[in-house]
Amino acid sequence: MSRLLLIIISAVLVNNFVLLKFLGICPFLGVSRKVKTAVGMSGAVVFVMTMASVVTWLIYNYVLVRLDLVYLQTVTFILVIASLVQLVELALQKISPPLYKALGIYLPLITTNCAVLGVSVLNIQKKFTLVETTIFGIGAALGFGVAMLLFAGLRERIDLCDTPISFRGTAIGLITAGILSLAFMGFTGMVKL
Amino acid sequence: MIDAVITLALLALAASFGLAIAARIFSVSVDPRVEVIEDALPGANCGACGLPGCSELARRIADGKADIDACPVGGEEVARRIAEIMGQDFEGGGVRTVAMVMCAGNDEVALKRFHYNGIYDCTSAALLFGGNKACIYGCLGLGTCAGVCPFGAIDMVQGGLAVVNPDKCTGCAKCLSACPKGIIKMVPVNRKVHILCSSHDKGGKVRKYCKVGCIGCQKCVKAAPEGAIEMDENLAVVNYDVEIPESVAETCPMNTIVVGGGVERKAAAAGGEG
Repeated sequence: MSRLLLIIISAVLVNNFVLLKFLGICPFLGVSRKVKTAVGMSGAVVFVMTMASVVTWLIYNYVLVRLDLVYLQTVTFILVIASLVQLVELALQKISPPLYKALGIYLPLITTNCAVLGVSVLNIQKKFTLVETTIFGIGAALGFGVAMLLFAGLRERIDLCDTPISFRGTAIGLITAGILSLAFMGFTGMVKL
Repeated sequence: MIDAVITLALLALAASFGLAIAARIFSVSVDPRVEVIEDALPGANCGACGLPGCSELARRIADGKADIDACPVGGEEVARRIAEIMGQDFEGGGVRTVAMVMCAGNDEVALKRFHYNGIYDCTSAALLFGGNKACIYGCLGLGTCAGVCPFGAIDMVQGGLAVVNPDKCTGCAKCLSACPKGIIKMVPVNRKVHILCSSHDKGGKVRKYCKVGCIGCQKCVKAAPEGAIEMDENLAVVNYDVEIPESVAETCPMNTIVVGGGVERKAAAAGGEG
């Protein structure tokens, strides 16, 4: 039980995917202008990451390993992730058209989001069990969500500030992301998995 | 090798099967007219209607949130086609407006203050003492407007002057905001008499730097019908609501007033030895 808790804490804070592993930077900068879209994106990522972790783990251990086709890992994982993203896209278009519009291009871009593939690959590398995989998937997605939320909140405030013209927009965003990342460096080494 | 191919194929098949089912469950009914309207629109995604693109306008029109003639580029023809799709009547709209550069001062007739060697762009040039033309109102002729025109309707005539081709211009007005001098105006395409000058300087000053500039002599104002040409700080401005006889152009001592637009006026500008 304590190991599962550690996995969550590790994924959310200590080894935050965005701020410490630098995975999934594209949506991190792209959809973090407003808290609302950031929350929506995080929701989509939570779903995709968790599902992808579980499905890829199952496929890896029960199909690829048994058939001795481990070298197909990357291709199959991408296939799974792409289909899952498509599923989320279909569902979102039906359930919440405004969110679907707000996320725009970044939704299909989860397909090529290295964070999702990263989680799936890490699950295998760290030899997690199915339960641990699920928890790690959720944790990693939550970590992504935390980073997105923090950053979106900061950017909303920065938009109101009198920033020098040359720093406005993405420039100050990148600097803020760097400082945020530095802050998260403080957690380094607190949890060893 | 074979088992790798088969495994991947099976996995892909399973995924596509799942997606097919999901597509059924989450199917969203889209108004079929949206696609047809989008096909009828010009498809340049120029943003002249104020919306992000043609598909967005098509959606609005289908929803009844936008008028059938909301596309300023497509004009009457497109509006008629959309009216047909929407099952509405369309009684012909007003006259098409086209952009016109209100300056005739090419290199032969207008003086330059210095030789500009910077970035080949009007906006950059305008930042440097307002550009290199002696006339601070004049066309800089570096083609920023031609660059933003989605329809290739603006030619840079020889001697550094932008000229809009009224046949190609769709009236999207993108060039109006691109011009750092703000000397491009929308004019009704059926009006033939134009005053091609934007200089508010006094006559004496204009004479020194431009052979075809408006010197504010008001001869045309007197010759034209009441209210057809008005003075605005030393500059005669055509009021396009009123029809002006072509003979008014002959009263201008500077040949600033031209009949017809587009390429014809190039000759008028070159011939203006006044």
